[in-house]
Amino acid sequence: MDLTALLLSRLQFAFTVSFHIIFPSFTIGLAAWLTVLEALHLVTGRPAYRLVFEFWLKVFGVAFGLGVVSGILMAFQFGTNWSVLARMSGPIQGPLLAYETFTAFFLEASFFGILLFGRARVPPWFYLFSTAMVALGTTLSAFWIMANNSWMQVPVGYVMENGAFVPDDWLKILFSPVLWVRFPHMLLASYLTGAFCVAATGAWYLLRREFHTEARIMLKMGLFFAAVLVPVQGLFGHFNGDYVHNYQPAKFAAIEGRWHDQQPAAEVLFAIPDPEAETNHFQIAIPVLGSLIGSMSFTSKEAGLTDFRPQDRPPVIIPFFTFRIMVGCWLIMLLVAWAGSYLIYKERIEQTRLLLWLTFLSFPLPFIAILTGWYTAEVGRQPWTVYGVLRTAEAVTPFLTARAASTSLVVFCVVYSFIFAFGTYYIYRLLRAGPEGRLVLPQPTAIPNRPMSVVDEHHLTPAARRVAAGEYP
Amino acid sequence: MFWVAVLAVSILLYVLLDGFDLGVGILFGLTRSEERRHAMLSAVAPIWDGNETWLIVAAVVLWGAFPVVYATLFSAFYLPLLLMLAGLILRGVAFEYRYKTERMRWIWDAGFVGGSLVATFIQGMTVGALVEELPISNGQYVGGEFGWFSPFAVLCGIGLCLGYALLGACWLVRKCEGDVREEAYRLIPYLSIALLAFLVVVFAYALAEKLQVTQRWLERPYLFVFPAIGVIAALLAAESVRSRRDEVPFYMVALIFVAAFGTLAISFWPYMIPFSITIEEAAAPHSSLAFMFWGAGIIVFPLMLLYTVISYSVFRGKVRPTADRY
Repeated sequence: MDLTALLLSRLQFAFTVSFHIIFPSFTIGLAAWLTVLEALHLVTGRPAYRLVFEFWLKVFGVAFGLGVVSGILMAFQFGTNWSVLARMSGPIQGPLLAYETFTAFFLEASFFGILLFGRARVPPWFYLFSTAMVALGTTLSAFWIMANNSWMQVPVGYVMENGAFVPDDWLKILFSPVLWVRFPHMLLASYLTGAFCVAATGAWYLLRREFHTEARIMLKMGLFFAAVLVPVQGLFGHFNGDYVHNYQPAKFAAIEGRWHDQQPAAEVLFAIPDPEAETNHFQIAIPVLGSLIGSMSFTSKEAGLTDFRPQDRPPVIIPFFTFRIMVGCWLIMLLVAWAGSYLIYKERIEQTRLLLWLTFLSFPLPFIAILTGWYTAEVGRQPWTVYGVLRTAEAVTPFLTARAASTSLVVFCVVYSFIFAFGTYYIYRLLRAGPEGRLVLPQPTAIPNRPMSVVDEHHLTPAARRVAAGEYP
Repeated sequence: MFWVAVLAVSILLYVLLDGFDLGVGILFGLTRSEERRHAMLSAVAPIWDGNETWLIVAAVVLWGAFPVVYATLFSAFYLPLLLMLAGLILRGVAFEYRYKTERMRWIWDAGFVGGSLVATFIQGMTVGALVEELPISNGQYVGGEFGWFSPFAVLCGIGLCLGYALLGACWLVRKCEGDVREEAYRLIPYLSIALLAFLVVVFAYALAEKLQVTQRWLERPYLFVFPAIGVIAALLAAESVRSRRDEVPFYMVALIFVAAFGTLAISFWPYMIPFSITIEEAAAPHSSLAFMFWGAGIIVFPLMLLYTVISYSVFRGKVRPTADRY
């Protein structure tokens, strides 16, 4: 077995999945936000909601397209690089992923098409329904992926037969308690991503003194949503901690930076963990808080990393820091969302340019939080692929060579960076242009299977704009 | 058994549908005129994405229903498969990105042609390597990094490029007018003759090397029904090209592909990876198959087929060259 090939395969998976996760998490949030907008438009009849909807639908189209393109590889990578895992867990992970693809395809096929090209052809309530179905579809997609990953984190509902995981209870797999705290955590993260991107765009326009009405809607709705969701996310984050504490004690100890058993345990706020010496440098810790967080008790004993055999310990440095970065992002988002909502309530937000700047600059935070959170979960799962049952080193394709793995890694780094750079630039151009006076018109030859085509919008002539305005008073 | 059918349908649909749009991608490289290029793209732009979806569907069905095959094949074809995906991804975004820029357009056009060629070549090569049999012992691939490489596989790769290009030309005839249609008609005879020559060479090679497949052809004489269908289709195609009946050649060439697919499928039966892993051995446990069947299988899959039919019927007819952009 080639150790370099193993490392390269892990790098390749990490790289491609990091690249991919950005887009779905953004579009899941956006789809939910589009549904709310469309509902508001239907109830109030305000044309501004329609404009904002159309504008974000275009952004949604591009991000959705990039998500689809970057996701293609995922369906193949399990077989190419992780063939032992694919063979053993295929009976469980295969059907879950098949459901994901079938659901996604179906969503893409029908309702997204109506969103893009059906505005004039279906009644308004059905258009709203289609928006909700797209949101549901993206959510279901996330569900199947999380079901897949949660099963790898805490495998349940299977028996071993002929060296393969054979499902004997699908209900256990689909209603695993771990899945039902991780899935909401991911979903909320996506909603927060959508909310912050929308609020940041609104703040940007207000700073530029453009698109005043639309910008206010974006800022207000984005920040209000966030103000409610960020604390809920904190709660689900805590539940996630509970599952890790109960099912993956080694990961928990790594995240906490706890080397030795403690009773009652302290909570390490900051430190530089030293795996060689099995200790922390420059540690800042609060006594007893560790027990409180881990077990809701003032006296509990909490496990340290040295309880586990060295070969069963996860790497410490990555989960330790990524976890703290994630929590840090969460804290800043909480402050921005609450302060912003308060100022909006007091009608002072537009004068407080500092806060507009802060909101504008906070758009990368949810992305960083999602990536670091994902790294915490995945690196913390090491050295296991299927936790406690199958080691990562045993799951890799046994005859994969370093040369083959490095070739593919380089190819995908180049291709993805290329596409990513263009795609991001492209979304930036859309956002910079702003929502004014542009409406997506159904194009005779564009079609739902090509989400990115929606952006080939036409500039409306003043006359056409009046018609559009008259149509949707 | 149900999932064998689903898999077969998905792969066949993929070959037919993505076959013509990859073919158009290959032909795209033969012309420099922006006008023609634009017409060619318009003929496939509305449907290419849906076509490629069938590849993903085939991949996940393979994993869910036949994990052993998924694991063995994909890891054996590591480099070619990943290159093929890179090709498909590049050509996919090229569709969208080439219109966003004037100056950089040549990059995306190159990506479009290159991606199409690489993806097609690799698909053909994979089939070739499978026919020749992969080095597998105890259900484990033992061929090394380039175990799939052989003159025969390369030949099949080139053959498929010709085949897809032919299919693409027929599609253009069907969808386009004017220049592009004439050009495609001009190309069809050359491509057909080249493809025919290639088929003869492959057949001779297979006989000369005494590949195990040829043994099966002799054992199962009813197999010759498929080549017979192919020959009839080829004759009808030639006739329709001569009389310039735009609709017909595409269906006839598609029929040839179906015949070829049928020949291969039946000569492999009951093996999934010839001649080492059978369908029976590869199938996932009953509980997995049942779980997939009751949701994805009998509800979503038929809906997907229906949707494919609808989207093609929405975009039936010729693409107008006058439309400034798609």
